[in-house]
Amino acid sequence: MATISFRDATRVYPGADRPAVDKLNLEIGDGEFMVLVGPSGCGKTTSLRMLAGLEEVNSGSIWIGDRDVTHLPPKDRDIAMVFQNYALYPHMTVADNMGFALKMQNVPKDERERRVAAAADLLGLKDFLARKPKALSGGQRQRVAMGRAIVREPQVFLMDEPLSNLDAKLRVQTRTQIASLQNKLGVTTVYVTHDQVEAMTMGNRVAVLKDGLLQQVDTPMALYDKPVNVFVAGFIGSPAMNLLTGTVTEGGVRVGDYVVPVPRDTLAKAGDETTLIIGIRPENFTIADDGISLEVSVVEETGADGYVYGTLVGDEQADGTAGQQLVARVSTRQSPQMGSVVKLAARDADAVHVFSEKTQNRL
Amino acid sequence: MPRFLSSRPDSRLIPLPWGTPLAEWPTEHLVALPRGLSRHVVRFIRVGESVYAAKEIVEPVALHEYRLLQDLTRLGTPAVEPLAVVTQRHRADGRELESVLITRHLQFSLPYRSLFSVGVRQDTVSRLVDAMVVLLARLHLIGFMWRDVSLSNILFRRDAGEFAAYLVDAETGEMHADLTTGQREHDLSIAVTNLFGDFSDLQAGGMLDPSLDPLQLVETIETRYRELWSELTGVEEFPERELDRIEGRVRRLNALGFDVAELDISTAGKTIRIQPKVVDAGHHSRRLMRLTGLDTEENQARRLLNDLDTYRARNNLQGTDEAVAAHQWLATSFEPVVNAIPKDLMGKRDPAQIYHEVLDYRWYQSQRERREVPLTEAVHGYIDDVLTSLPDEELSADSVTLIQPDDAQALVNPYDPSQGYVDDEETPYDPWEDDAGENATEPAVLDLDTLRRLRGPKN
Repeated sequence: MATISFRDATRVYPGADRPAVDKLNLEIGDGEFMVLVGPSGCGKTTSLRMLAGLEEVNSGSIWIGDRDVTHLPPKDRDIAMVFQNYALYPHMTVADNMGFALKMQNVPKDERERRVAAAADLLGLKDFLARKPKALSGGQRQRVAMGRAIVREPQVFLMDEPLSNLDAKLRVQTRTQIASLQNKLGVTTVYVTHDQVEAMTMGNRVAVLKDGLLQQVDTPMALYDKPVNVFVAGFIGSPAMNLLTGTVTEGGVRVGDYVVPVPRDTLAKAGDETTLIIGIRPENFTIADDGISLEVSVVEETGADGYVYGTLVGDEQADGTAGQQLVARVSTRQSPQMGSVVKLAARDADAVHVFSEKTQNRL
Repeated sequence: MPRFLSSRPDSRLIPLPWGTPLAEWPTEHLVALPRGLSRHVVRFIRVGESVYAAKEIVEPVALHEYRLLQDLTRLGTPAVEPLAVVTQRHRADGRELESVLITRHLQFSLPYRSLFSVGVRQDTVSRLVDAMVVLLARLHLIGFMWRDVSLSNILFRRDAGEFAAYLVDAETGEMHADLTTGQREHDLSIAVTNLFGDFSDLQAGGMLDPSLDPLQLVETIETRYRELWSELTGVEEFPERELDRIEGRVRRLNALGFDVAELDISTAGKTIRIQPKVVDAGHHSRRLMRLTGLDTEENQARRLLNDLDTYRARNNLQGTDEAVAAHQWLATSFEPVVNAIPKDLMGKRDPAQIYHEVLDYRWYQSQRERREVPLTEAVHGYIDDVLTSLPDEELSADSVTLIQPDDAQALVNPYDPSQGYVDDEETPYDPWEDDAGENATEPAVLDLDTLRRLRGPKN
């Protein structure tokens, strides 16, 4: 068990004009499941590999527990990279398939058997241990693969997009199993993914990265409720949060012909900025008597709720906010006609996120 | 309709039943060639005279692997050649199917399962190990991190008395400008673990020579890799008076089959420091190709070049331009031997390998009979005594017999060794599989309700 600490950890690839990971500061708690997420090129995989010892750390340091591992070779870091690319060996029992690497490391037989039995218990594979892996399902094979990492009993698990080569069904199934296993084992885990659903459903906390810079690290709920900037606001959630540009006015921010109410102290933080970005998630809209006018272009019904897509109506000349695209979730009972204009208001004050246009940060 | 992405399309592939999962393809399209284990469904498909390997895999991974294999082929690294990716596959009822990556079947290649299933001598294993080490080092030299070295992901080809190894599976691979020591060490540790598993499995199946120990084998791999890497890239320092060590280093690298394209030489006082900066594999095969146009493996080339040297000496051609002599050798030595092989036996070995084996045969015959046996005589003896009784190593539908030697267990599916062997055990009940049912689907949206539902009580 161990904590992990990135301290100003930086990786610059030779010839690159900006760091792949730029002064990363991240504290991961003992037993925590930390997910690194972000678009391609954000530095998430590089960060994980710096921790694993596969990428150099050009400046700053990385600690596992109270050990500075910045310059330690990978094998001395007591970490296990978990792979979902595995081969199951047909002539070996499931037990040997899980424990063979321990044999290579000269772990005594009793100890090997103890670890394999414990892992099998955890993975629901006890009845399979003496069998050959012949007729195992895709899910069972994944569990054997996880067992291989578990029996090593490392201080830290590292997982680099482990589900990316699985089909959708197996991915969903394995995702749930990894999260619950990690919870039971309590081994500190760092998990890299580009998939926000994976990030938001698996991690205790999620670190969002972009262009080598850490944007926000928080619990999934906090990321969802209080994104620190426009990038995180737009990255987390699907369909994405509506981000509308508006002008500061008395009592709020004018978007089209409607003033979205914004508390006075929030507006005060804008200083002399007159243009702000208003963020409202699709599910936080409600059809109201007064609100943002939306000309409906598509209605997508998905059960009890539907999504309404459309264009903001307003006086283009007056404020330039018209023409912005918007999506809102509405009850199918209220579902509007295509081509009609509906008025949308935020469900409550908490549903309105306000960002500076200049800094893109939350006010 | 499926879509084909291909740089060298084969139109005969288009009418194949892409709307059917590979595992359910009618056997008329399939060939049961020996091969390694795979996580995915892999089948050899036959169109006309050509055989391709097809692997069912999610689209982004298929495209990634296709492009990587293209890069490796372009760089002249021994790897299977990618042919196409088939995407947008749908069943008749509209359900989506995974993409298929198609690669060309490597002629005369031997997967380890067919090499080991007939029992392998200790020195053969040692050669296989050497071939793997060379492949790994060559990949690392060009900045390729494999991340999944295993016997199943390598094909072997005969290479004179040695073997040449080819990469078959690049699914997890990554191309970098250079690999860090950490990346190489990581790759090596994956290799060592996987190969230990592979050898242990062969041992458990009674297919490994009892004198071989999996642990010792992987230790050898580790040591040999480090030795080779340090020869290929290591810094060497020596006093000024030992300048011939520069040439010595280049010669050693040549002997290992590598050309030195750039050697960094620096001096500090009376100390010389050298380090190879760019080394390219294929020293002998490139030279043979330049002289004769023959495309061979490295050790075959070495053998043929040696024979060419002997030929020049014997025929007093040392003063003649090497290319002219090579042309004569080709016309009077190599081609007559290859042309003497009956057509129906050509599938047993590739021409360069046959020539090498004829040279061996002639040497033994000459020793035995204490006279110099002419090549034309030796080739006929070789055909009768050796070649006729060898198994076909070019692929053919008959090769299916190679997968299952008489005393081996029967495979559950002859087209898929990954499914293991037939036994009568019943599958135990597994409650985990119950809730892994069909309702495991990706959520269409990620909003607060979905988040709460998916995260359950741990909110």
